Amino acid sequence: MARVLNHIILGAFPERRKVTITVDGVPMEAFEGEMIAAALWAHGKKDLRYTKKHNHPRGIYCGIGRCTDCVMIVDGIPNVRTCKTPVKDGMVIETQKGLGEWKGGTGHEES
Amino acid sequence: MTVPSDHPGVKLSGAPNREEVRNCPGYPGEEFAKKGPIVFIECVEEIPCNPCEASCPRGAIKVGKPITNLPVLDAEKCIGCTMCVAACPGLAIYVKDYTYSETEAAITFPYEYWPLPEKGQEVTLVDEMGEAVCQGKVLRVANPKQYNHTPLVTAAYPKEFFEQVKSMRRLNK
Amino acid sequence: MKKAELVIVGGGPAGLSCAIEAARLGAKVLVIDENERPGGQLFKQIHKFFGSREHQAGVRGIDIGTKLLEETAILGIEVWLNSEVVGISKDKHIWVVKDGKTSLKVEADKIVLSTGAIENSLNFPGWTLPGVMGAGAAQTMINIHRVTPGDRVLMIGSGNVGVIVSYQLLQAGAEVAAIIEAAPRLGGYGVHTAKVRRAGVPFYISHTIKRALGTDRVEGAEIVALDAKWQPIPGSEFILDVDTICVATGLTPLAELAWTLGCCFQFVPSLGGFVPDHDQYMETTVPGIYVAGDIAGVEEASTAMEEGRLAGISAAAALGYLSGEERERRCGEVWDRLNSLRSGPYGEGRRKAKELILSTEGGIACDRAI
Repeated sequence: MARVLNHIILGAFPERRKVTITVDGVPMEAFEGEMIAAALWAHGKKDLRYTKKHNHPRGIYCGIGRCTDCVMIVDGIPNVRTCKTPVKDGMVIETQKGLGEWKGGTGHEES
Repeated sequence: MTVPSDHPGVKLSGAPNREEVRNCPGYPGEEFAKKGPIVFIECVEEIPCNPCEASCPRGAIKVGKPITNLPVLDAEKCIGCTMCVAACPGLAIYVKDYTYSETEAAITFPYEYWPLPEKGQEVTLVDEMGEAVCQGKVLRVANPKQYNHTPLVTAAYPKEFFEQVKSMRRLNK
Repeated sequence: MKKAELVIVGGGPAGLSCAIEAARLGAKVLVIDENERPGGQLFKQIHKFFGSREHQAGVRGIDIGTKLLEETAILGIEVWLNSEVVGISKDKHIWVVKDGKTSLKVEADKIVLSTGAIENSLNFPGWTLPGVMGAGAAQTMINIHRVTPGDRVLMIGSGNVGVIVSYQLLQAGAEVAAIIEAAPRLGGYGVHTAKVRRAGVPFYISHTIKRALGTDRVEGAEIVALDAKWQPIPGSEFILDVDTICVATGLTPLAELAWTLGCCFQFVPSLGGFVPDHDQYMETTVPGIYVAGDIAGVEEASTAMEEGRLAGISAAAALGYLSGEERERRCGEVWDRLNSLRSGPYGEGRRKAKELILSTEGGIACDRAI
């Protein structure tokens, strides 16, 4: 996987603000507004969650918010569809185990 | 290298074979194929599509109604101007010129990949199956706005491979 | 409670075309879309469309999408984004959840469902591994998010989606190791298959996938040949070195809202399965509920836009913005364009399937299911 920096039809990769997110405790560079799952795949992280019963990895399957394969814990909220949730600066993202655990809160607060 | 006729054709191997191409009404025919710049329309299935017809400034391509008709080339009218090459949504048209020079023919084909080759660059030319046929030299790369991001590459190559060559190997490969 | 004359659920090519048509005729339109941007799947379709000039042939899907958004804005059409319709009652009260947080109710006079379709999955050992994904998902990744899903891709399915996405994967700089097709013939337009073939991508007809290799992610695919009865031929297996497996095995209409509304359905395999029964004005068996686009039978964006226009004209007429005579004339024009798209060896089957829907009364009712 790699970012598509040049494209004959779409042109150069669009200018976007670089921000830092935290993924499983490790800081990672991402572009503001891109989908979380896309940012993770661009960095080679393909396992986004592990299933409850068999602990099997899941990645991106439908890519349009229908299949729930890509759900992760985002700013403390489990089961967030990362294929359609845009990156914001400072987001804390965790690989979800099973159904995840909600510890309260309402997710990302605008700063 | 595969010979254009030795594969089973568009519905089995993906690309039309020699027979399918020659039986298609977009084929200029033996008389005109080697006379000078002329289009080869490899549109062998009746799909609803007709932009080639309107793109031709000489009225050399006829689709008519229904728009699933195969495009019919009037080889006498075609001057190989390449307008239809960029207009074809299926990228199924190219222009060839057997008379380019004493030893070389020229081909103009659509090429929608980044990076584009540069003028003078040596490239590997391929047949319809993607197999390398010969080396060629890029003569021109045209990518004006009206082509709508379908650049056209023109390359010169040895005459003996006139019929086989259809495109070039991607540079990002 | 919010009130709207016409509510359109789903702002893809069908929904936006519908909104534009109805708004032009004077209807007060509200488009509700669950995504952060309208346009549905148009913005990932970077290839030139077929058809003729009136179908915008030669224009890329992405540019058609931009044009639709511009017209929507010029006409001042209200569009709610990040808004999911979770239910519709028979008296046309629509329950919407906005931004995943706020619950709202909208009362509509007429409703058009243009919710699109979802890609079919294919079950084989390893199909849940990261790296196996819908072809459309890969297309979204490369053309919208600008990230390739992998370096070497196996495409399952040679229909137009499979070959178009394969081509676009090449354009994004990935390699396509092979396109496999279980049927003994390739499915997609010859011009599409020829494009990827001359780029060096091999096709394997009468082949299917046996399993995906890898434990944490895809590390390969085992392929097997099929005999004339579609049975695997023992000993014909071989391994392809790929890190991504794309599944392009058709789509199914997203029709949950029509089911819960009690619309009658017809089962039409060539249009993707269960399709809400509808007439030539795109109205379902529940009065005032219309369908357009892939929900009404999986086809393509060009036909979806025309169906959207039909629904827009019909709904506007039902709201009193158009005489019956004028409705006939305008719908007739759209039908002429639809019929020309649904012609030839590829379109004929869809035209006949659509005719069957129009000529059949009723179908399967699901009233008991609610």
